[in-house]
Amino acid sequence: MSVLEVKDIKKAFGKTEVLKGISFSLEKGEVLVIIGSSGSGKTTLLRCLNFLETADEGTISVDGKLLFDGDMSSLSDNQIRENRLHFGLVFQNFNLFPQYTVLQNVTLAPTLLKKNGAQEIEENARQLIKRVGLIEKLNNYPCELSGGQQQRVAIARALALNPDILCFDEPTSALDPELTGEVLKVIKGLKSKDSTMIIVTHEMEFAKNVADKVIFMADGVIEEMGTPQEVFDNPRSPKTQHFLSKSMEEF
Amino acid sequence: MEPLLNAVKGKFMFLSVTLDLLRGFYETFKVFGLTLLFALPLGLVIAFGSMSKFKPLSFLVKTFVWIIRGTPLMLQLIAFFYGPGLLFGMRAMPRFTAVMVAFVINYACYFSEIYRGGIEGIPRGQYEAGQVLGMTKSQIFFKVVLLQVIKRIVPPMSNEIITLVKDTSLARIIAVYEIIWNAQSYIKSDGLIWPLFYTAAFYLVFCGGLTLLFGYIEKKLSYFRS
Ligand SMILES: Nc1ncnc2c1ncn2[C@@H]1O[C@H](COP(=O)(O)OP(=O)(O)OP(=O)(O)O)[C@@H](O)[C@H]1O
Ligand SMILES: [Mg+2]
Repeated sequence: MSVLEVKDIKKAFGKTEVLKGISFSLEKGEVLVIIGSSGSGKTTLLRCLNFLETADEGTISVDGKLLFDGDMSSLSDNQIRENRLHFGLVFQNFNLFPQYTVLQNVTLAPTLLKKNGAQEIEENARQLIKRVGLIEKLNNYPCELSGGQQQRVAIARALALNPDILCFDEPTSALDPELTGEVLKVIKGLKSKDSTMIIVTHEMEFAKNVADKVIFMADGVIEEMGTPQEVFDNPRSPKTQHFLSKSMEEF
Repeated sequence: MEPLLNAVKGKFMFLSVTLDLLRGFYETFKVFGLTLLFALPLGLVIAFGSMSKFKPLSFLVKTFVWIIRGTPLMLQLIAFFYGPGLLFGMRAMPRFTAVMVAFVINYACYFSEIYRGGIEGIPRGQYEAGQVLGMTKSQIFFKVVLLQVIKRIVPPMSNEIITLVKDTSLARIIAVYEIIWNAQSYIKSDGLIWPLFYTAAFYLVFCGGLTLLFGYIEKKLSYFRS
């Protein structure tokens, strides 16, 4: 059974239809990369999955459980919060909590949600911070870290709640080019049989490398979906071909 | 003999003026302290009102803040003291009460704008980061946003509070005997002008203390950047 099943998600802001019916499914342990030109609705899709935005229509199911049936008004605040916990989101501009140290950033949410005992939470946080290579920065504040380091902390913070599906919205676009490598390496290192990820990125090399499945979005629809070989090496849609050749030029 | 007597009298005078001004400054301090005590929380209520998603409420509150901030405090003092009598034939409030009402409302409106700026200045990403981590609204406000708001509002708050120290002298408009009133009375009774200028020392010492206090708070919060 798929871990994530998204059906016919639609979303409009006023009169502009941003998502015009997005459907896909994801198996446990799969990495889905979403590419597409600016304004095609990638961020909006991730925000709908994380319930930061309410889709107008469509359904979202995780592990066979229907989280969203096209009608948010039937969901209480608490249910929305519970639904969110199935997903994690790493933002383009990190959004670390500036008044907390690296360790506190990672332990805050699990502590507030009483996920575990304080000791276990801290032990788990230390391990995650070590995993993203920042154990020596444990007690530093975000303003004392580089962008790449901050993004790695944000990844550890998202992992601390052990989400079923971890989403990344252009995790390296706010970084200097020389810092993107360290973050991409960490993300790639997360790939394992039980971590399911959705990554929106403009880093085509990385996308090709890490993806099990690729979606190319254009104007609010899935223009093309397939394996990295299919989408990157033999794109069928003219729009995909055009987009890929343009991003190769930039490269 | 004469100069000695004058010297003794002068010393005595200085002491008695000092005591008298201290008494006046106690009134000044009362206006200051009570205004803060009530206007700080009331300002937060007004701020939430003006940020309300319920448009009529926010419109009403914003209009009220506009009127209060757009007219002189001196006029408001007079209005609160004489207004009820002139308009409705009611008995005037006690002078001190009228002063407190005018000061609290006036400063609450100024504070509300500072709070609003502080709260609205927090990037939306901070709320969203809390949301995707499954925090409740109140957890986000108290654990994520509040300290960042406090850090942002300390500098404008300290300005406003130091202005309040000096604004207290307006209380004498409706004959509340604060420090300047006391000092001025020496002009008529003894023909002395120096007590009036002597009040500056009281203000300076008090504002100096406040400046140090706010500097300390700012420094305490300088460990992070938001
Ligand atoms: N809150 C909003 N209100 C109105 N319009 C919005 C809102 N959020 C997004 N949009 C619009 O929706 C469209 C899709 O935006 P979205 O951010 O999802 O694109 P994207 O694919 O993530 O683009 P990029 O690659 O630039 O990040 C854009 O035209 C944008 O202007
Ligand atoms: Mg985007």
